[in-house]
Amino acid sequence: MQALEQSLTELIRRTSCDLPQDVRKALLLARSCEANDSLAASVFETIHRNIDLACSRTRPICQDTGSVLFYVTAPTSFDRTAFRRLASRCVTTATAEGYLRPNSVDPITGRNDGTNVGPGTPTFYFEDGSDPVITIKLMLKGGGCENVGAQYSLPDPRLGAGRNLEGCRKAVLHAVFQAQGKGCSPGVLGICIGGDRATGYEHSKTQFLRRLDDTNPDPTLRDFEEDILRSANGLGIGPMGFGGKTTLLAAKACALNRLPASYFVTVSYMCWAFRRQGVVLDQTGHITQWLY
Amino acid sequence: MSNPKPLQTPLSDERVRELRVGDRVAITGIVYTARDAVHKHLATGGDLPGGADLRGGVVYHCGPVAVRGDDGRWQIVAAGPTTSFREEPYQAEIIRKFGLRAVIGKGGMGSKTLEALRQYGCVYLHAVGGAAQVLAECVTAVQSVWFLDEFGAPEAMWKLAVKDFPAVVTMDANGNSLHELIRASSQTELARALSNSA
Repeated sequence: MQALEQSLTELIRRTSCDLPQDVRKALLLARSCEANDSLAASVFETIHRNIDLACSRTRPICQDTGSVLFYVTAPTSFDRTAFRRLASRCVTTATAEGYLRPNSVDPITGRNDGTNVGPGTPTFYFEDGSDPVITIKLMLKGGGCENVGAQYSLPDPRLGAGRNLEGCRKAVLHAVFQAQGKGCSPGVLGICIGGDRATGYEHSKTQFLRRLDDTNPDPTLRDFEEDILRSANGLGIGPMGFGGKTTLLAAKACALNRLPASYFVTVSYMCWAFRRQGVVLDQTGHITQWLY
Repeated sequence: MSNPKPLQTPLSDERVRELRVGDRVAITGIVYTARDAVHKHLATGGDLPGGADLRGGVVYHCGPVAVRGDDGRWQIVAAGPTTSFREEPYQAEIIRKFGLRAVIGKGGMGSKTLEALRQYGCVYLHAVGGAAQVLAECVTAVQSVWFLDEFGAPEAMWKLAVKDFPAVVTMDANGNSLHELIRASSQTELARALSNSA
């Protein structure tokens, strides 16, 4: 148990303070696209300096350390209740150490007890795995980008968006337009076509567990992702909404079956401070591999 | 790119009105953090705490990560801007009532605030969202904190001494807003992107 506690605390620390390689690579590529002396270029300078400072000082990349989302794949024998308890304790410890901001607020009373633990926080998703190893992925998703997420029920007459991929494209680009710089662009879109209202958001978010440089195995979705990325960057919103060539770093899409009566397309937005990491643990709880 | 324009608090009406959308600035002096809870409090008749003086002052939309050392002193360990638009219902009143000269945040604000900037001589300064370390590095001291128990650490009002805090003027005191410009141009591009594919 002690090894698992140490591993989880280390996972939280590293997720908050260090960006994964795939995200760093995407940010470097984006910087090279912006004109020298532009406001967009100056935003990238600040972003890169910030990443280096956070990493070298082991401090949060962004003060909004966001929703704490654990994605766990473990054998069926894994004690989920014990894990929830232990991980919650690690979240409180990491908060006291300044790796997480106390972000868990009672919506009725407005009270923030400083522990980061309460109804719904942190959030856990479990999957049964066939291997004896345990995989734990962690996402810290800030409130600014969470607020610009959107769900559309098609057809949407305001947008002229029908129940097909073209309608989805209109909805998704509308979401990017509405967000402007408010989600801390350049961002990444997670898109779920279909599903219901709950699974739509859930699966749009799990798209962020994919590496940014992966390729969608479904050729239709791959083309859709490429089109969204190209079209969104054509809007010229740019880093922080200052104008520029990079509004998105990537777009990732999935599809879920829907009801005959429903056609949702759901967009989650992740800011440039794309904080997600993952570890593989052995049966004693020690980290054997970092995933990103 | 030219050097940022230095801004020393407290700010004067003249100094603020010289600034234009697109100018990069570096703020030195005192800034007060304020986000949703403090804005609501101040805009709905609540008193400014004793020791806080916003006249010619700067409000920063920020909920920092702060840790208290064994000696009881606070240290700001992360301090980037939060989304400003949530304060749109309150900002104009607070600018008017307390004599603010600058608001720092991210994402820009709406027409009511833009009009208040013009009317009372104030600017909106955009810091880079997510750049919590670059910006925390500019905080040289925590001078006070209020509302810590009532509102919690992120929503508390922190009085911070800053040096060369970097930001960009995106809404000036002359009625100009970079956010309006980009919104309009991106709307045109959106219409083009949608018509191309139909």
